[in-house]
Amino acid sequence: MAEKILMKGNEAIARAAIHCGCDGYFGYPITPQSEVMETLMEEMPWETTGMVVLQAESETSSINMLYGGASCGKRVMTSSSSPGISLMCEGISYLAGAELPCLVVNVVRGGPGLGTIQPGQGDYFQMVKGGGHGDYKCIVLAPASAQDMYDFVSKAFDLAFKYRTPAIILSDGVIGQMMEKVEMSEQKPRWTDEEIKKNSPWACTGKTNDRKQNIITSLALDAAVHEKLNERLQAKYKKMEEEDVLFDSYMTEDAEHLLVAYGSMSRICQSVVETARENGIKLGLLRPITLFPFANKEIDRLVPQLKSIMSVELSAGQMVEDVRLVVNGRIPVNFYGRLGGIVPSPEEVYEAFVKSIK
Amino acid sequence: MDIKDIIKPENKVYGKSPVLTDNIMHYCPGCSHGTVHKLIAEVIDEMGIQDKTIGISPVGCSVFAYNYLDIDWQQAAHGRAPALATATKRLCPDKYVFTYQGDGDLASIGTAEIIHACNRGENIVVIFINNAIYGMTGGQMAPTTLLGQVTATTPYGRRADLNGFPLKITELIAQLEGTCYVTRQSVQNAASARKTKKAIRKAFENSAMNKGTSFVEVVCTCNSNWKLSPVKANQWMVENMFPFYPLGDMKDR
Repeated sequence: MAEKILMKGNEAIARAAIHCGCDGYFGYPITPQSEVMETLMEEMPWETTGMVVLQAESETSSINMLYGGASCGKRVMTSSSSPGISLMCEGISYLAGAELPCLVVNVVRGGPGLGTIQPGQGDYFQMVKGGGHGDYKCIVLAPASAQDMYDFVSKAFDLAFKYRTPAIILSDGVIGQMMEKVEMSEQKPRWTDEEIKKNSPWACTGKTNDRKQNIITSLALDAAVHEKLNERLQAKYKKMEEEDVLFDSYMTEDAEHLLVAYGSMSRICQSVVETARENGIKLGLLRPITLFPFANKEIDRLVPQLKSIMSVELSAGQMVEDVRLVVNGRIPVNFYGRLGGIVPSPEEVYEAFVKSIK
Repeated sequence: MDIKDIIKPENKVYGKSPVLTDNIMHYCPGCSHGTVHKLIAEVIDEMGIQDKTIGISPVGCSVFAYNYLDIDWQQAAHGRAPALATATKRLCPDKYVFTYQGDGDLASIGTAEIIHACNRGENIVVIFINNAIYGMTGGQMAPTTLLGQVTATTPYGRRADLNGFPLKITELIAQLEGTCYVTRQSVQNAASARKTKKAIRKAFENSAMNKGTSFVEVVCTCNSNWKLSPVKANQWMVENMFPFYPLGDMKDR
């Protein structure tokens, strides 16, 4: 029977990792996500499921440990926060280029630089547009609750393996630190060696006489070969946009105005929609769950019925650029954001919204 | 007597290891990489572990090591091979995992990864090729470049006051509790190649016994970037490299 207990979002990530049959976690401490590795070390999954948990010497090393583990067809993950993720971006680019599945959790804090340990959403560009060098994108899932943190681990692994590419959980300090009830799933077994060979025939499982050697690399010095690799990557991203866009809608059916918000801000915006409705304003909320692939089609579908859109973010305005790309000047796209780790109240957002439509 | 009377299985005294592929190596004539590749291939073949060995190739000339040894390979970001090897070995403990790294990769950009992997005592094998120069990028100063040595970025010779000192990384690695076997070898003649092969074999055997990290440095030549003939490069190595990087075991337990 499913167990429901109170825990932090970060703890939910750790427990979900064990329960979904993750093979390895490699991480480095950084606030506000250190509870992920702390919970794993307390739970000692190497004694039960056989999951490896290792504290690496740096985020650079953690992400390259993922490259090693993923090369063997294992389900591997790491978690960090903004400055640590910046260090990992080299590795994420290599993972994307070598077409390796893995999970990276970013519990975002305010930046730039060392910034603040308070929550932020200023890593949208970095995570959604790539972050490292070259033409690549990662699947990005944005949880809005501790339950999402739990559920998205398994979902992210499935997507990562479906496309052979890194998946990101883009969370923030609010969701990571907030305690909520979480319903947990039953323990799934880790893949056996035979299952890995079947599911990931490309993996380094040891070269046997019945197959050619498997080489995991992102290097292709021949221009024609390298163009082919890039075309394959782009085709994957296109397929993601066709098959795996996720979003939540709240009161959008009759909406004349729309808020777009993800993660913790989508929770606050739900209250804003309720206040607006009480005041007779037909406001709705679109909460993108996957930030890449983005809910382009849904926004496009809603534009004809809307008078305005406002993107609400803990940033100086990042996701709003993607909204504007879809809207393409047809209606006003406004923005409200807070910086420095300040999380606005529903009243503040409502006030900004009312001002924006006057 | 016809040549066909001589080429018979019973007369065969030496052959190419089946672990070496038929690909033509891209290395310069005289380069040491080919010899070290051959030795590793022979060890893998003799131990019968082709299906259990995973290699991690670096960034540098030997990035393409995967084209020459017929095993499964991972190609690492610059300097990060020990991190890949760490996860690979911990997640697949029945495998023999080795990194193959040059001096720029291991002793410059990858110092954190190699030191911590060795200090954790990961049950991996590290093959460290030290030719005191960056090969693939065209002969720039390496951390192991000798004082006075001319490179593309030390055109008047390496100076301690400008460029710092050559790094004896292997001596440093030998201090780490996690290492069980640390040795420095070379491959400039048959006798030294035989010793290096023995060292590589011992390193792979240690890995199976979970004794910790085995680290085999091979002092090598880069005759192209040293701008010497292969023979003169070997002489230069014996006269200049060996006094600063003395051969032999530093640790064996």
